[in-house]
Amino acid sequence: MDQQGIFLSNVPNNKRARIVNIQGGAGLVRKLQVMGIRKGQEIKIVSKQPFRGPLTIEVCGSQMTLGRGMTRKILVEVI
Amino acid sequence: MGNPNVGKSVVFSRLTGANVIASNYPGTTVDFSKGKMRLDGEHVEIIDAPGTYSLEPTNKAEEVALEMLKEADVVINVVNATNLERNLYSTLELLERDIPVVIALNIWDETQHLGIHIDKKELEKILGVPVVPTVALTGEGIKELVSQIKNAKTNDKIKLTSEEGRWVEIGSIIKKVEQLEHRHHSIKDIISDLTIKPITGLPIAVGIVFFAFWLVRLIGENLIAYVFDPIFYNLYLPLIENLSEWIGGPGLVHTLLIGEYGKEIVFEESLGMLTTGLYVPIAMVMPYIMAFYFMLSILEDTGYMPRLATLVDNIFHKLGMHGHGIVPVFLGLGCNVPGALSTRTLETRKQRFISATLLAIAVPCMAQTAMVFGILGPYGMYYIGLVFLTLAILYIIMGLILNRVVKGESPEIFLEIPPYRRPSFKTTLKKTWMRVRWFLKEAIPFLFLGVVAINLLYYVGFLGWLGDVLSPVMYGLFGLPGDASIAMVVGFLRKDLAVGMLIPLGMSPLQLVVAATMLTVYFPCVATFVVLLRELGIKDMIKSVAIMVSTAAVVGFILRIILLGW
Repeated sequence: MDQQGIFLSNVPNNKRARIVNIQGGAGLVRKLQVMGIRKGQEIKIVSKQPFRGPLTIEVCGSQMTLGRGMTRKILVEVI
Repeated sequence: MGNPNVGKSVVFSRLTGANVIASNYPGTTVDFSKGKMRLDGEHVEIIDAPGTYSLEPTNKAEEVALEMLKEADVVINVVNATNLERNLYSTLELLERDIPVVIALNIWDETQHLGIHIDKKELEKILGVPVVPTVALTGEGIKELVSQIKNAKTNDKIKLTSEEGRWVEIGSIIKKVEQLEHRHHSIKDIISDLTIKPITGLPIAVGIVFFAFWLVRLIGENLIAYVFDPIFYNLYLPLIENLSEWIGGPGLVHTLLIGEYGKEIVFEESLGMLTTGLYVPIAMVMPYIMAFYFMLSILEDTGYMPRLATLVDNIFHKLGMHGHGIVPVFLGLGCNVPGALSTRTLETRKQRFISATLLAIAVPCMAQTAMVFGILGPYGMYYIGLVFLTLAILYIIMGLILNRVVKGESPEIFLEIPPYRRPSFKTTLKKTWMRVRWFLKEAIPFLFLGVVAINLLYYVGFLGWLGDVLSPVMYGLFGLPGDASIAMVVGFLRKDLAVGMLIPLGMSPLQLVVAATMLTVYFPCVATFVVLLRELGIKDMIKSVAIMVSTAAVVGFILRIILLGW
């Protein structure tokens, strides 16, 4: 698996993706990890709010809302 | 202990019989509650800790939880069975510590609908501690949980590892104990999607909020017209009239208890402890508080609030907070005190400061709202709208300014969206009652004291003097009669009472708009003040108060120029 991927924020609605990397400080990585957002995990985009608003994703059977900035630190590949 | 929104508080209330508030969104428990239960003939103390995703705290509520852990003898780890993978992280962290644990596998009933099969025996074997499936809402499995508390164990096999290590371990545990069935999109999923996608979600949100407030007004007005007013006017008024005759003449006692002797008793204006002091909070404000928290409980228990937070995140982010900032606003619309407490769920000092200050400035509590409707209602909706429009604009402008001025970080939204649940009527009523009782406990003493203090200050001539002294300021700057300053002073004690005091001053509707708006903005009531002081600390509170007072002055002045002319 390559480390390229696209930003989570660029994945279209209703698509599934797999997380390939999280580019962020240890704090952010941990914060995301305890919610199940970590490398190798499959996720689905549920909704995107307009004007650079937050994204809602489905992960581990539950839904999470994340700020747009955070989703620009998560690299994924669309599957 | 356990993750947020897994039903810890419900388990707690099942174990102890205590009343605690639970909602279908993370972070309802911001403080801990203690309760007692009998276990094998012994009294043990049980503590309900705020939810934590991990034992490395990221907000104040989580810090509180960690403090609790240090004192605990046994931990009841409440785990969401529908989301085992994520919940096990803090379970493993707990097991690494040297503390006996028993696990409650809660929300067990929903696993069946969701097609999740968990091998409880296997999980017990791997973790080496008792695991009890529970449905706290109905009480299923709670007896078993109680009997297993004494079997709580530590686990010696699980050693302190890295985060990575824990995740690897969770992965292997899940493989062994959990099986997933494929399931179809249910009606709940469809509603969930519709309410969070912006195109459909925003109109629905506007609709829900309008409907909610329409309902509050409808319920509140009917409660007053058919329950509270008949009680006060038909049953209570004759009693008071008798009492007045029995006292028999003017004097301090009559003034304090009933109001000025010889005048007709008017519940809204007489200013006696037993007249205005009781009527305003109980018959004018409480019906709306009841209606409001009933409506809010339904919104909370269904799980709508996090969706609303997602939809409004954009606006709140520009005000230096994030979407969760809507929760203090909503709670504050009932009574500012629970609103102030809920600012704790925001992560940074900056966010809490902005949220708390804006709450005190621009979020009128139900007491104020009811009084604003009371004094301006006769003149028409236009004037009421003017007050609320000013407050809404103020919330946004002050937020934009504070976001620039206040130093510190304001992290982005990061919020779990729980599945929709059907609220149970019984829990909703119970929760409404608990919050109403809360209002009674806080409001009644202050109103009583307020009425006494005002009457005494009047009696000794202090208020008259103050009115005279401030009269040039009031008139010159804000175009208000000097006596309005008395209402401002009273507003420190109770806002509702203060708004009521504006009635006999004979002001024009526009003057009333200016006065009512200023009353809302310039200072929170004493109860809110005390809570804010505790939450923000003395230094930030001084800053916050300075902002409130100067905002009130500026807004009052601007309104005066716009509405009353120079």
